[in-house]
Amino acid sequence: MRRIPLLVPALWLLGFVALPLLVVLALAISQPGDGVPPFVLPYSAATGWQPNWEPLGLLVQDDYYFSAFLQSLRVAGGTAALCLLLGFPMALGITRATPRRRPLLLMAVLLPFWTGFLPRIGAWTGILRDEGWINGLLRGLGWIDAPLPLLYSDTAMFLGMVHAYLPFAVLPLYASLSRLDRTLEDAAADLGARPATVFLTVTLPLAAPGAVAAFLLVFIPAAGEYVIPELLGPPEALLVGRVLWQEFFQNRDWPVAAALAVALLLVLILPIRLFQRLEARQ
Amino acid sequence: MLRRLLAASLCAAALLAGSLPHPAAAQAEKTLNVYNWSDYIDPDAVAKFEQESGIKIRYDVFDSLETLEGKLSAGRSGYDIVVPTSEPTFARLAKAGALLPLDRGKIPNWGNQDPALLKQVESSDPGNRFGAIYLYGTIGLAIRPDRVRALAPDAPLDSLDLLMKPENARRLAGCGIAVMDSAIDVLPTVLKWAGRNPNSSDTADLRVAEEALLAIRPHVRAITASSSILDALANGEYCVALTYSGDAIQAQARAREAKRGVEIGYVQPREGAQLWFDMLAIPADAPNPEGAHAFINFLLRPEVMAGITNQVRYPNAVTAATPMVQEDVRNDPNIYPTPEMLARTFTVQALPASAARAYGRSWNRFKAGR
Repeated sequence: MRRIPLLVPALWLLGFVALPLLVVLALAISQPGDGVPPFVLPYSAATGWQPNWEPLGLLVQDDYYFSAFLQSLRVAGGTAALCLLLGFPMALGITRATPRRRPLLLMAVLLPFWTGFLPRIGAWTGILRDEGWINGLLRGLGWIDAPLPLLYSDTAMFLGMVHAYLPFAVLPLYASLSRLDRTLEDAAADLGARPATVFLTVTLPLAAPGAVAAFLLVFIPAAGEYVIPELLGPPEALLVGRVLWQEFFQNRDWPVAAALAVALLLVLILPIRLFQRLEARQ
Repeated sequence: MLRRLLAASLCAAALLAGSLPHPAAAQAEKTLNVYNWSDYIDPDAVAKFEQESGIKIRYDVFDSLETLEGKLSAGRSGYDIVVPTSEPTFARLAKAGALLPLDRGKIPNWGNQDPALLKQVESSDPGNRFGAIYLYGTIGLAIRPDRVRALAPDAPLDSLDLLMKPENARRLAGCGIAVMDSAIDVLPTVLKWAGRNPNSSDTADLRVAEEALLAIRPHVRAITASSSILDALANGEYCVALTYSGDAIQAQARAREAKRGVEIGYVQPREGAQLWFDMLAIPADAPNPEGAHAFINFLLRPEVMAGITNQVRYPNAVTAATPMVQEDVRNDPNIYPTPEMLARTFTVQALPASAARAYGRSWNRFKAGR
């Protein structure tokens, strides 16, 4: 009887994690072909077991995919670092606010979630486009003649990424900073440390686990991000998500697309494991 | 784009739903599930068909070929009528066995279609077994003639040189150059312009096209979905855009409605323009193939087709419909190409898988600019 509560998460894991993953794995070693659907599974009763290792091999042989992974990791790392830099003072500010204002400030962090993700990203298009608000304003002021190419740039992409992922950094940082024992800071100050020294030697090290959690919580989903680079990023930002889309829809090669999904998962297992160990230690 | 995300999630859903029995089958005889491009029909035609046949039409729309192909590739889409473009989707779906061969005995109006245009479709569908022509168009340049004239007075307004000659592209860069993000639509056009076989799988040919594109890459502001190009064109954000003829015409209409002084024209490259066809086809597992045949036959009536062209401003292949089309539409060579213009068009065929990937790679290098 005691096992029944465990059954729900176990079933959930089986149905929504293990099973889809198995489907993707099977697809990754399938043979592409003309048909509905456009692949032949590696096992059939008639032909037996015939795995096709070419899709996974292609990922290793062709440095095109390697560079896509590198770009994805670069964008995810940059986004996570920026979120950390912005999120830390925000989280610190919230913990230092009066208890009455704190819930209000926390709600403000979560407020963007009240609107859909796509309209929020779409709004950036409206702001950054050639005839958008920023260019309109600058032109109205007479500071520029031709519109600045703001949209479809690295800047636009990072703006969108940080905008979308910032709450994921602020919340764990807030959780860790609010647990921080303020008397330790007071003690350091009493012993003669200046505010900067207190911050660097006491506050920052104590907040480090929260910072790592914040970094990874942004990094992991950001590495697989497809929509933001597609809508705001420059054409040369060929991240894994976009390359996967191309394989699936343009080349109609479902096995290679599935192989990319498997590879991304493998690449992300390392930071995920790191995160788990950190959680366990806390 | 949003629709790509939508396409991806729809595909995933379709893949999962594929194994379930389809609820539409039960009442198949009385309903017809039509899946067409958005803003691509005359609403009166749907109403008239429903009234005449007693069949209820459930009308659903897509705005990208990827969405359509993804759904049909997963199987059991539940649609009775789909409208894929001749290349690559219609050809690939036909080859994959995803479409039902049409029974011409049930389509007495089949003969209303222009045989010359049907012949063109045969490069995608030998024998015209799987589709009737709905509407068609070309690929070329949408331009703002006044701006282009001002910036590059000596550049030709009837040639792809306007875009592909670096000295022209450089002068026009400041006012915005866009290229639709579609290797399969742009590379054949560039190959043709470079005097190569537009359907070439030869790496040397592909390199020529790629280098020509890379030479103008620094001057190209956006390489994006044709639908976003349409929006931006109508807003006056680009001076030159390589895109579909119909999108240029629609952008022109929208810009005129907005009355902000943006005038848009369409240039069919004299070097040769790729001709595309949107085909009326029936999925192999359509719940109501009888109704689907009846609907295709209905659409091929001259008066029905004329109504559609009047509404959406794309030409149709039903010759007898032309006199019934509004004069300004029928006499606009950017909508109805003249026989001379039609003579300077070409069609392409589905590429083998290795060539398709080579096209994709070449295209990515162009997009990345290296």
